[in-house]
Amino acid sequence: MNTRPGAGQPYVRDQMLAEKAPPILAAGPLKWARENLFAGPVNSALTVIGVLVVLWGVQAAYPWLRHSVWTASSLGECRAIIAASWGEGASGACWAIINERWTQFIYGFYPSHLYWRPVLALGLLFFALAPLLFGETVRIRMAVLGVVTLLLVAALVQLGTGSGLSDLALLAALLAALWVMWKTPSRMLWFAVLYPFLAFWLMWGGSIWLPLVALAGLGVGWLALRATLGFGGLVAIVAAIVAPLIWWLFVAGPVFAWLDASLPVAIEAVRSDKFGGFVLSLTIGISGIAMSLPLGILLALGRRSDMFLVKTLSVGFIEFIRGVPLIALLFTASLLLNYFLPPGTNFDIILRVVIMVTLFAAAYIAEVVRGGLAALPRGQFEAADALGMDYWQAQRLIVLPQALKISIPGIVSTFIGLFKDTTLVVFVGLLDPLKGITDAVRASPDWKGVYWEPYLFVGAIFFIFNFSMSRYSMYLERKLKTDHS
Amino acid sequence: MPNTAIDRTIDRSQMQVSDEIAIEITGMNKWFGTFHVLRDIDLVVQRGERIVIAGPSGSGKSTLIRCINRLEEHQTGRIVVDGTELTSDLKNIDKVRSEVGMVFQHFNLFPHLTILENCTLAPIWVRKTPKKEAEAIAMQYLEKVRIPEQAHKFPGQLSGGQQQRVAIARSLCMRPRIMLFDEPTSALDPEMIKEVLDTMIELAQEGMTMLVVTHEMGFAQAVANRVIFMDQGQIVEQNEPREFFNNPKSERTKLFLSQILGH
Amino acid sequence: MALASDMPKAGFRPSMLLYDTRYRSLTIQVVVLMLFMAGVAWLVDNTVRNLAALGKDFNYGFLWQRSGYDISQRLIEYSSDSTHGRAMLVGLLNTFLVSAIGCVVATVIGVIAGVLRLSKSWIVARLMTLYVEVFRNIPLLMWILLFYAVVTEAMPPPNAFRGDDAASSMILFDSVAITNRYTAVPDLLFSRSLGSLELGYVSLNINLVLLIAAVVGGVLANRALLRRATRIQEATGARPTTWWQSLALLFGPTLGVLAGLGFHLGYPELKGFNFVGGINVSNSLMTLAAALAIYTGAFIAEFVRAGILSVSQGQTEAAYALGLRPGRTMSLVILPQALRVIIPPMISTYLNITKNSSLAIAVGYLDLRGTLGGITLNQTGRELEAMLLMMLIYLAISLAISAVMNVYNASVKLKER
Repeated sequence: MNTRPGAGQPYVRDQMLAEKAPPILAAGPLKWARENLFAGPVNSALTVIGVLVVLWGVQAAYPWLRHSVWTASSLGECRAIIAASWGEGASGACWAIINERWTQFIYGFYPSHLYWRPVLALGLLFFALAPLLFGETVRIRMAVLGVVTLLLVAALVQLGTGSGLSDLALLAALLAALWVMWKTPSRMLWFAVLYPFLAFWLMWGGSIWLPLVALAGLGVGWLALRATLGFGGLVAIVAAIVAPLIWWLFVAGPVFAWLDASLPVAIEAVRSDKFGGFVLSLTIGISGIAMSLPLGILLALGRRSDMFLVKTLSVGFIEFIRGVPLIALLFTASLLLNYFLPPGTNFDIILRVVIMVTLFAAAYIAEVVRGGLAALPRGQFEAADALGMDYWQAQRLIVLPQALKISIPGIVSTFIGLFKDTTLVVFVGLLDPLKGITDAVRASPDWKGVYWEPYLFVGAIFFIFNFSMSRYSMYLERKLKTDHS
Repeated sequence: MPNTAIDRTIDRSQMQVSDEIAIEITGMNKWFGTFHVLRDIDLVVQRGERIVIAGPSGSGKSTLIRCINRLEEHQTGRIVVDGTELTSDLKNIDKVRSEVGMVFQHFNLFPHLTILENCTLAPIWVRKTPKKEAEAIAMQYLEKVRIPEQAHKFPGQLSGGQQQRVAIARSLCMRPRIMLFDEPTSALDPEMIKEVLDTMIELAQEGMTMLVVTHEMGFAQAVANRVIFMDQGQIVEQNEPREFFNNPKSERTKLFLSQILGH
Repeated sequence: MALASDMPKAGFRPSMLLYDTRYRSLTIQVVVLMLFMAGVAWLVDNTVRNLAALGKDFNYGFLWQRSGYDISQRLIEYSSDSTHGRAMLVGLLNTFLVSAIGCVVATVIGVIAGVLRLSKSWIVARLMTLYVEVFRNIPLLMWILLFYAVVTEAMPPPNAFRGDDAASSMILFDSVAITNRYTAVPDLLFSRSLGSLELGYVSLNINLVLLIAAVVGGVLANRALLRRATRIQEATGARPTTWWQSLALLFGPTLGVLAGLGFHLGYPELKGFNFVGGINVSNSLMTLAAALAIYTGAFIAEFVRAGILSVSQGQTEAAYALGLRPGRTMSLVILPQALRVIIPPMISTYLNITKNSSLAIAVGYLDLRGTLGGITLNQTGRELEAMLLMMLIYLAISLAISAVMNVYNASVKLKER
């Protein structure tokens, strides 16, 4: 060791010191224990209490889980088996109910030979969302889609589509989609547009002309947009909205009737009252969120507008929707919507619920997008103005893409909340997986009185789903932070 | 690297280095987990010294001065500040912290309090000074750093340079005997660096014991009586400024100086 | 150089309505207004025609008609002879009751869980994370149903507590009995009660008024005490120790009033088939409040944690460097900043609790939706009127809470340049 550096004494080190290992209590498991478990009297006490809580929880739940019965045909039989195996008075879990009825929890009363259709629709959803959600690198995207394809193929093989030919056709279509996604991902955006109509047709069945005619409305809108582009942004937007409306309200009906009569092509139809379980929840949740996005964006833009009337209407709508419970809106859907629409209209309860859920989600999405727009630096708006863009061009090309990207974590959060809220549709008579299906199962004399097992099962599925989505959204948020800063 | 030129005449009449030892560090080692961030540090600081600590990033300079007021804990060795040894004894830590003031790179003013309240908070709650007296002391130091008129504004309403000057005044209100500066001008726009350096020079002119971690070598040349170069967690070289800059002895020092003074 | 006033005064052309920035926004707003009015007119027209076709009219007279149904869980006087309007009031008070309990308990749980999540004890932090993640990701309805099912199906009926060799026993020193219909808890009785004051629609319980006055008086006196302590500190620098005086002031008056009124607990006892002597809290209220509180507590815990983390580490370091102890640092530097971030989402959460209380339908608890939007609606067939009134009431509650939040935000806004 050299002389100690004191005041005024010049000093030069001739030999750099190597790294040394820290003393035993300064690192390693003992240090971890000291810092993380016993960092002081309060913390030590808390650790002890924590350990006691964990022990209590384990000793309460473990025996029940250990005495699990997986095969039985009724609750009574379950209890008999438990008493026989582990003595009288023992309590155990009767998972047999799940074993027997799990398809009801997942599919509701959907015809079992058609299970492959909702499964296919869910798998294709990943393809439709891929450019949006997994857009960071090609490798991640292809990995996710590869896994999805494998799972889909396995599921379809299990369930069977009814004929080997259609199995092969589906497999070929999936592989083709994968190839397109790999080579020219931008083409897959077309699929995202097509997907809602395809999914609708897969789930509800019926004539193929219905979704096609509805899809044609979008085509009409696009044509109208192109034709009127020369007259300025506002006229074009109005035309793009009015033309499809005219198509859907007046022209589509007769066209569909004519096509269906002359060239019927259909798959087996499934009535809405057969929908139930997670198929129902996912359908309502996903369509709600998807349709609420454009409306929510419009509301957010309206709320930020300088025009007093537009701003007031947007704020009024948003505050009204956010001020009433979802149950009230669902009751409106089932009881009141018939009052507000022309006499004689009566349409599907699921569609009515989806409409209200869409309006509900739109208000929350509007707030999320408003936050995203506020997070955008002012310079972006000013740059767009300086480039000579009009309002709609600026929004479409510069502002919204960035704002939406920032908003994705918030949108995923809103979706998680919405998905949990789909359990409320039981109060308007639909069969949600939580109370609707459980009540239906408990109604049968075999399973009367069971409650832990179905609630735990459904709760676990919700947990896995929502937890994964929230982790993904946090991952996205972290990525966005590093992108921007 | 910013290297603001100091073009004022320095009044060295009060800059006396006494024999009294202010800080004594012996054989100090610190680890972050298994990373050996400070290795065998030996340092003696006498009262009245103005020491500039320089070195590449990651060399442990900030960690060193943060150990002096126990914002970081050292694992082996001794640190004695003003006769009090720094251990886990809370009373010692309190005593040291009231004698040692610190100015941070990001100012760390309390945004929910006015400038005046920022400066009177510690005197009122730590030294138990009556409010009027604390405010008088605060206004005195705010005048010293030349922003008395901002006393009733909030930190968010001030510029970066003004905020850092307030931070200096806030530390001075506790009448510390030693001042630590952790890269005080690194977060400032160039036009504001000068006002903060001027304040630090005036502080030095009054004889304050200062340890300054900075890249401002002009300041070091003008005011420091000792420059310490650190690399890889150890003191590599130290000397008085003229010798240090004109005649660096170690290869590492030479490399470092060429990088920061070369542009 | 052409000045603005030199610009040629062009005549007004219709295309200027769309392209001239001066008229454009007006045009758009006029068009929007016309579309909106047209839409409203269409909706109203449909409604009128539908009502006519059903032979119904639109009036609220049913609110003054006899209701004809009973509400077992109620806070004010009510019988099946009372009006529908009074039933609505009972439901509204029930909503407030369960929401208030939920808000208070959720805040306590949430603050504790949020702070513990930041604890250095690894086990406790992980346990809290488990609590937060499990409760946040599973629908509230499941928790309500689960808690209710546990209590109704696993708890014994009242007569299981009968006899010397009862199958079930009361807990908490024989004061609380959890049965499958209700939880019997001790009643709050006053032996020297001062009675009530009849004021038309409601009757005012004088004991309650006195208690509230004592509590409020204690809080105000405490604030005066703390202000005096601050004054002394400002003058001399030394702050007098006030904690025992604070305790005395906060609890003294209340305890005094309780003693003066002869406060004692009425213990529930099994007489016949049910417990009497205590308060029988219906299981629906208890499970609903418990599920709301524990579920929302998880969200509040996250807000509290985010709020504390939002204060940068540098603030703590600066405070320590000035010599402030951790306790003072927390109360003077960290908490004031953290609360600004914590309180706005907390207020939104209180609104959510109030809205989520409408899930009372799942357990048969008659809240506003259960009375006005449920039984009343079914019995009178007045769907439109009842639903609209119910939504208006919820809207009014939500706007009131939002106003509170806006006032708070405005008052604590950090000043920036």
